[in-house]
Amino acid sequence: MKKSVFFGAMTVAGLAAGAAAAATLDDVKSRGKLNCGVSTGLAGFSAPDANGEWTGFDVAVCRAVAAAVLGDGNAVEFIPTTAKTRFTALASGEIDMLARNTTWTFSRDVDLKFDFVGVNYYDGQGFMVPKELGVSSAKELDGATVCIQTGTTTELNLADFFRTNNISYEPVPIETNAEAQQQYLAGSCDVYTTDASGLAATRATFDAPDAHVVLPEIISKEPLGPLVRHGDNGWGDVVRWTMQALVAAEELGVTSANLAEMSGGTNNPEINRLLGSEGTLGEMLGLDADFGAKAIAAGGNYGELFAKNIGEDTPIGLARGLNALWTEGGLQYAPPFR
Amino acid sequence: MSTLTDPPKDSFRLSMLINDTRYRSLTFQALAFLALALSFMYLGNNLIANLRAAGLNINFGFLTDTAGYDISQKLVEYSNQDSHSRAAFVGLLNTILVAVLACVTATVFGVIAGVLRLSNNWLVSKLMAFYVEIFRNIPVLIWIIIIFTIMTAVMPAPRAFRGDNATATMVFDAFAFTNRGIYTPLPWFANGIFESQALNWLLVLVVACGSWFAARRVNVWATAKQEATGERPNTLPMLLGIWLAPFLILMLIMGLTWEYPALKGFNFQGGIKIGGPLIALWFALSIYTGAFIAENVRAGIQAVSKGQTEAAAALGLRPSKVMNLVVLPQALRIIIPPLISQYLNITKNSSLAIAVGYADITATLGGITLNQTGRAIECVLLLMAFYLTASLLISLVMNVYNASVKLKER
Repeated sequence: MKKSVFFGAMTVAGLAAGAAAAATLDDVKSRGKLNCGVSTGLAGFSAPDANGEWTGFDVAVCRAVAAAVLGDGNAVEFIPTTAKTRFTALASGEIDMLARNTTWTFSRDVDLKFDFVGVNYYDGQGFMVPKELGVSSAKELDGATVCIQTGTTTELNLADFFRTNNISYEPVPIETNAEAQQQYLAGSCDVYTTDASGLAATRATFDAPDAHVVLPEIISKEPLGPLVRHGDNGWGDVVRWTMQALVAAEELGVTSANLAEMSGGTNNPEINRLLGSEGTLGEMLGLDADFGAKAIAAGGNYGELFAKNIGEDTPIGLARGLNALWTEGGLQYAPPFR
Repeated sequence: MSTLTDPPKDSFRLSMLINDTRYRSLTFQALAFLALALSFMYLGNNLIANLRAAGLNINFGFLTDTAGYDISQKLVEYSNQDSHSRAAFVGLLNTILVAVLACVTATVFGVIAGVLRLSNNWLVSKLMAFYVEIFRNIPVLIWIIIIFTIMTAVMPAPRAFRGDNATATMVFDAFAFTNRGIYTPLPWFANGIFESQALNWLLVLVVACGSWFAARRVNVWATAKQEATGERPNTLPMLLGIWLAPFLILMLIMGLTWEYPALKGFNFQGGIKIGGPLIALWFALSIYTGAFIAENVRAGIQAVSKGQTEAAAALGLRPSKVMNLVVLPQALRIIIPPLISQYLNITKNSSLAIAVGYADITATLGGITLNQTGRAIECVLLLMAFYLTASLLISLVMNVYNASVKLKER
């Protein structure tokens, strides 16, 4: 009899461990800190600066969520993950959310049991080659040695691209962006391939960025966005709507400069609902009424974050392109806040 | 007078499990076993419950799915349309290749360094001590990365060989040393007896085996003659003939030709490519483990009684003969058991291959496949099974060898 009690207790303990993981929002609140998975260092997206502070476009999403939930954009523990370790870290509960240029794919969403809460950067895979090779199209790369970051969708896209074009290549799988960069610069591979934004970010850190060209072919769709564990929809909603709040803020013209003034109340009800002076949207999420205002205060609206971290005036120098608002011909579009 | 009687044979009571020394140890063993079994059951139960809570299950079906990725070094046919299990097999062969190569070279490095460390020459012995201490006290991962980084930085890229003012040239127009690997000429048979080159090479191997048996017969004959007459006939010309003649004739018949590597497009094409990652990993594992083996060899040699050396010297043997005929055969018995551990270490350390992009089984099955399918538990279980099997096989083979050389007690 004693044994069956023991087993029963164990089963309950096991199930309780599973159930406890479901209420991430409560965990984050009681911990007072958001555990956010980022990359091990990709300039402009997530990299520590000279003072050891994490900065970047993906980091800004973490900070916005922390601000919305905890009221403090600095209450984030940044956990660097490689392409290989990121999913295990999220699935095991080591991190609450993953904001690490991760491509939204069917199998990751469905089979790996994650929920992508949106797209913060529409990207595509490209190729970078040294100018001296004189290559002008990816279709001329027959027989080339290609450096790839292992554990990413880029490996599969690459295999597909070369197979469709009936040309050969030699893959060199590399664990992190930094190592890949070193191999590429030493000439032990001819081509470096990853998401076009990553190529721009990597090239920006070279001594002579002009000696390298990004080829015109974009061989895949790479919608990058933050993700959370499947099954905890409350937490998924928090991250999703925090991110959408940033986009909505840009749509509605709310910036970090006029935020304080607008928080007091405006004559636009949608802005009022977004910033919490009207309605109970924050309460529905289990957050304060002004969660949107706090998220925007952490770094600015979507457009400001883009311009500050990866925009045309930064060394990364990415154009808005697909990531412009829908009103300007891009794909960024926030569902209504009501 | 009191007599010794048998212990009382009264009926078994439950308290005897604790109080009676005959049963006490059994009781504790049973309890310990139960505790162990329960903790394993708890862990397994926990795993299953958590997997169920996350909506996951354990399923090996993904192994038959299309892998979809390419591997640069493949010893068997493989394309990105093959299955994950095929990709794992390619990785497995790569692991075995680098492990076998590294075991051989590490033994060579180790024996040389171990023997030289006992040299009477101060400089040589100190140099070897330096080698051993430097290499075994820095982690092997760091050696792998250092060697790979130096290789890629120092050696020229293939494009340095191009053009009229090329900065690098091929050695003898046949060997190219680049930072992507070493390219050597590939021997092949223009008019082989069989269609497939592999079968032709098998034929060469069969002929070599025949030569080996013939050479053994010659040696046996020479020894018999030596024992009968006291004089050993000179067998060198005969042995040379036995080894070289059939081989040369076979090569002539099958038309041995060499395919030279040549710069074509981005890379050298043709010939054999020994990839940079393989070289770096092989060399790093050999030189690192060689330092450990050197210490084993030194310990083995020093464990042979000094009387043996002195007796051999008294018989008039030269120092090299003393080492080869008297000391080393006895030292081997002591060296082999720790050597097994070193071979196991090499096999397991080869899993660091991914640091330099070498596609071993950890990089394919435990890396890309794991990532693309998200089947972490299944992949890791398979990896554990592979490394365990490989290690046990190496242990088995080496233990058999150990049994054959150890001191025969009669």
